[in-house]
Amino acid sequence: MPRHPDAGAVSIALYRVDDRLIHGQVVVGWGKRLNARFLVLVDDAVRASAWEQELYRMGVPPDMEVIFASTEEAARRLEEWERDPRVGMLVAGDVETIVRLCADSRRVPRVNIGGLHERPGRRARLRYVYLSEAEAAALKALAARGVEVTAQDVPTARPVPLGEFA
Amino acid sequence: MSEPVRGVVVSHAGVAEALLAAVASITGVDDALVPVSNEGCDTGALTERLARAIGGRPAVLFVDLPGGSCLTTAIRVAKGHADVAVVTGVNLAMLVDFVFHRDLAPPAAARRAAEAGCRAIRTPAP
Repeated sequence: MPRHPDAGAVSIALYRVDDRLIHGQVVVGWGKRLNARFLVLVDDAVRASAWEQELYRMGVPPDMEVIFASTEEAARRLEEWERDPRVGMLVAGDVETIVRLCADSRRVPRVNIGGLHERPGRRARLRYVYLSEAEAAALKALAARGVEVTAQDVPTARPVPLGEFA
Repeated sequence: MSEPVRGVVVSHAGVAEALLAAVASITGVDDALVPVSNEGCDTGALTERLARAIGGRPAVLFVDLPGGSCLTTAIRVAKGHADVAVVTGVNLAMLVDFVFHRDLAPPAAARRAAEAGCRAIRTPAP
C-alpha cells in the first residue's frame, strides 16, 4: 500500500506524546491513516519489563512491528529508524521524555501532543491535554528551537497550535 | 454460599454504561455489573477507577477491545489476584449470560461468558 500523504517523506511520520502509550487512537486512528508499519515506544519502564512489553504488544496488529526503546536507545537509533523505508510512529508517555529525545537527537521536526490527562499540578488546556506550568514551559522551549508542537488526538481533528493551549 | 462474582465492564467512551442499561432492560438484573469508562483517564487514573469498581471482591473484568488502555490496565489490576479474571470483546450476549451465572468462580465465569459471547457472533443469511 502506498504512503498516505499525511505520512510525508520521512520514515517516522508521527512523534507523539500520549500517556496511554499504545492504544486505539495510536494504532487504529493514526496507524491506519499513515499506513504505519512500525511503532517505537519510548519508555524506560516498559523497556525494562518483558511483561509490560507483552501487554502493549497485544494492542498492535500483527503487520505492525513494535520496537521498545529507552530514551537513550531512542536518541541513538533515531537516524536508523528515519532511514527505514517503512512508515513509522514514535510514542513517548510524557513531555520530559520527548524533550530529552529532542535534545539528544536534534532530528525531531514536530511533536504531536495526543493525550496528557489530569494529574495533581496540571491544569486543563484542552479536553485531552492537561499540562503543568513546567511542562508548558518545556514545550514552549522546544518550539523556540524550531520544533513544531501541536495538539491533535486523532487525525481527523484540527491540529491545535501550541500557542492556543500553552 | 460464597459471594456472587461482580462483573466490571471496562470500555472506551460510554459503551460500558450503554451495555449495562441494555442488560438491565433485558434481564431485570441491575446489581451485577459496574461500568468503568476510560474517558479522561491516564493509566493511573483508570487503574484507580477499576480498583474502586472491583472493591476487593471476586470479579470478572469485561473489556471492549483486545488491546489498548482498557485491556492493559485490566490485566495489570488482575495480575496476582486469582479471584479476578479478564475477558475481551465484551458484547451484550456474554453479559446477559454472565448475570445468571455469578455463582461460578471468576475464571470459570469468564470462560463461560466468553463462550456465550462467541456463540452470539453469526453471519445469518439475509
